Amino acid sequence: MAEPLLSVRDLTVSFRTQRGLVRAVDSVSFEVAAGETLAIVGESGSGKSVTALSLLRLIPDPPGRIDRGEVHFGGRDLLKLDDAGIRSVRGDRIAMIFQEPMSSLNPALTVGLQVAEPIHLHRGTPWAAALEEARKLLEKASIPDAASRLGSYPHQYSGGMRQRVMIAMALACAPQLIIADEPTTALDVTVQAQILALLKRLTRETNSALILITHDLGVVARYADRVMVMYGGRIVETAPARELYAKPRHPYTRGLMLAVPRLDDETERRLVPIDGQPPDLADLPPGCAFAPRCQHAMEKCRVERPALEPATAQHFKACFADA
Amino acid sequence: MPEAILRVEDLKVHFPLTRGVMVQRRIGSVKAVDGVSFSLQRGETLGLVGESGCGKSTTALAVLRMLEPTEGRIVFEGEDITHHDVARMRPLRRRMQMVYQDPFSSLNPRMKVRDIVGEPLVVHGLAGDKSKYRQRVADLIAMVGLLPDMAERYPHEFSGGQRQRIGVARALAVDPGLVICDEPVSALDVSIQAQVVNLFKDLQQKLGLTYLFIAHDLSVVRHISDRIAVMYLGKIVEIARRNELYKKPLHPYTQALLAAIPIPDPVLEASRPQQIVSGEVPSVLNPPGGCRFHPRCPQAMPRCAEEEPALREAGSGRTVACHLVH
Repeated sequence: MAEPLLSVRDLTVSFRTQRGLVRAVDSVSFEVAAGETLAIVGESGSGKSVTALSLLRLIPDPPGRIDRGEVHFGGRDLLKLDDAGIRSVRGDRIAMIFQEPMSSLNPALTVGLQVAEPIHLHRGTPWAAALEEARKLLEKASIPDAASRLGSYPHQYSGGMRQRVMIAMALACAPQLIIADEPTTALDVTVQAQILALLKRLTRETNSALILITHDLGVVARYADRVMVMYGGRIVETAPARELYAKPRHPYTRGLMLAVPRLDDETERRLVPIDGQPPDLADLPPGCAFAPRCQHAMEKCRVERPALEPATAQHFKACFADA
Repeated sequence: MPEAILRVEDLKVHFPLTRGVMVQRRIGSVKAVDGVSFSLQRGETLGLVGESGCGKSTTALAVLRMLEPTEGRIVFEGEDITHHDVARMRPLRRRMQMVYQDPFSSLNPRMKVRDIVGEPLVVHGLAGDKSKYRQRVADLIAMVGLLPDMAERYPHEFSGGQRQRIGVARALAVDPGLVICDEPVSALDVSIQAQVVNLFKDLQQKLGLTYLFIAHDLSVVRHISDRIAVMYLGKIVEIARRNELYKKPLHPYTQALLAAIPIPDPVLEASRPQQIVSGEVPSVLNPPGGCRFHPRCPQAMPRCAEEEPALREAGSGRTVACHLVH
């Protein structure tokens, strides 16, 4: 296998809270290949967003802290770079798209300026040329009448158009990796589909890798090459998308698949919920975090944490049960 | 034909747009709901779907008479309630209850669960003596799948799914016929959504409830509804029984909405035609003339820009508002 684009080793992140130290991400290791779309799936508190933010050291410190781990990208460990070093990576080699475009755009600056800024900063392109670049990027992101909209402010854009601006901005320096954290959760259904299709098309054209963070198993099925399922701050299963859906091996993944209603389901099948409540990160059980909700839990699961181990060459699961 | 518990005829809810601070001049109106008609049979679930700004929540609030309708008629259990004042609505409120989207902001953080669930009984004078009241509250708490000792706790001690159960228990306290659910599972995690959806279904079977189920997630709506009404910019564009709507959507907007939703199956998704409708929902302040969907409609004809299509029968109990069909 070729050298991966991104290689994360043993990433562990905690937050200091009133209820004590909360381990949001615990010993997470994964790789992303060039041009690949990796979906990170999980529910709230699973650690999927914290994992993504930690890659670019965007965790607010305090209260957050990256306890240990390595993030290898372009021959360097991003966690060991100084501030100037990590800034030169952010928005240049790795770009990020957030859920809420309105709060990620500066309301007092024109859209053109904000899209041109990374080009000016990272490439040293003069402002006039950078603005021309920005126009091309907005056109690429299918913003109609891009030339005249360069001078508009974010509030003059609709929600979907703002997210297109975020995509244009992310693509500005032709990054090798784009991290999109629930990029369409705040948008309407038809606009969601437009934005994700655009993101997928543009990353394919530029051969950028994409880490797509989502809770929507449908979105994963439509866009991801590979999937990583997180629960209670750990990876519980990872596999190529088709394999994961055809044969989910972790009881949590299987539970999720049965719990979601499907648009194409004609039967009046009763949904099979996962009993119990999501884990409390401040009070995780000593063993597998899913054990209290798991039908297959054995004595061992309650005392010992299962490691992520290969079931097949590309399919890994963290579970003691055989499946 | 069974008796309709709710009939809504040509409902319009317009909000005035004003300019000026001291002297407010009326400069127009926002037509949030603009001519909506549907009926609900007893024991049935009608799903109301659409994107933001389509008027689905405004419709619900008007039906509950928490908003004053501008035009049209609302008939609930045979009684025309369109212009009932607060006093005349009060006894009827027992019969129609609401479950809200956000279980975090819709429960009073300073009240214990038993008081939250019991409050509607007190308000409507149904509390009875102390032991009867306690028993009723305990029954309600058990009915929604919570444990008896949870009655003494406060909302912040519960997870989202449990809070939504408290909201359901509160709505059911006064034994309503109609329950309006406004996005009741969309704030919940996937694994918890199924628990609450199943609870709604079980309670319906047990108590013969009628639901008006408002949501934007068409997968959930398909699962829970008998019939589905699709709204766009203040209008209903199509009403059909659930399997018919999903198998053969007639309105181009319904088609676009269904095509936009990914199915959790990568093999199926790879072979699904990806027809994504362009554009976004226009502002309600200035809706397009003719058919409101025509600027985005891939099949629009010149007529669609001129003439507004009426919601008409399209066979077997389904109705659609589209010139292509009629």
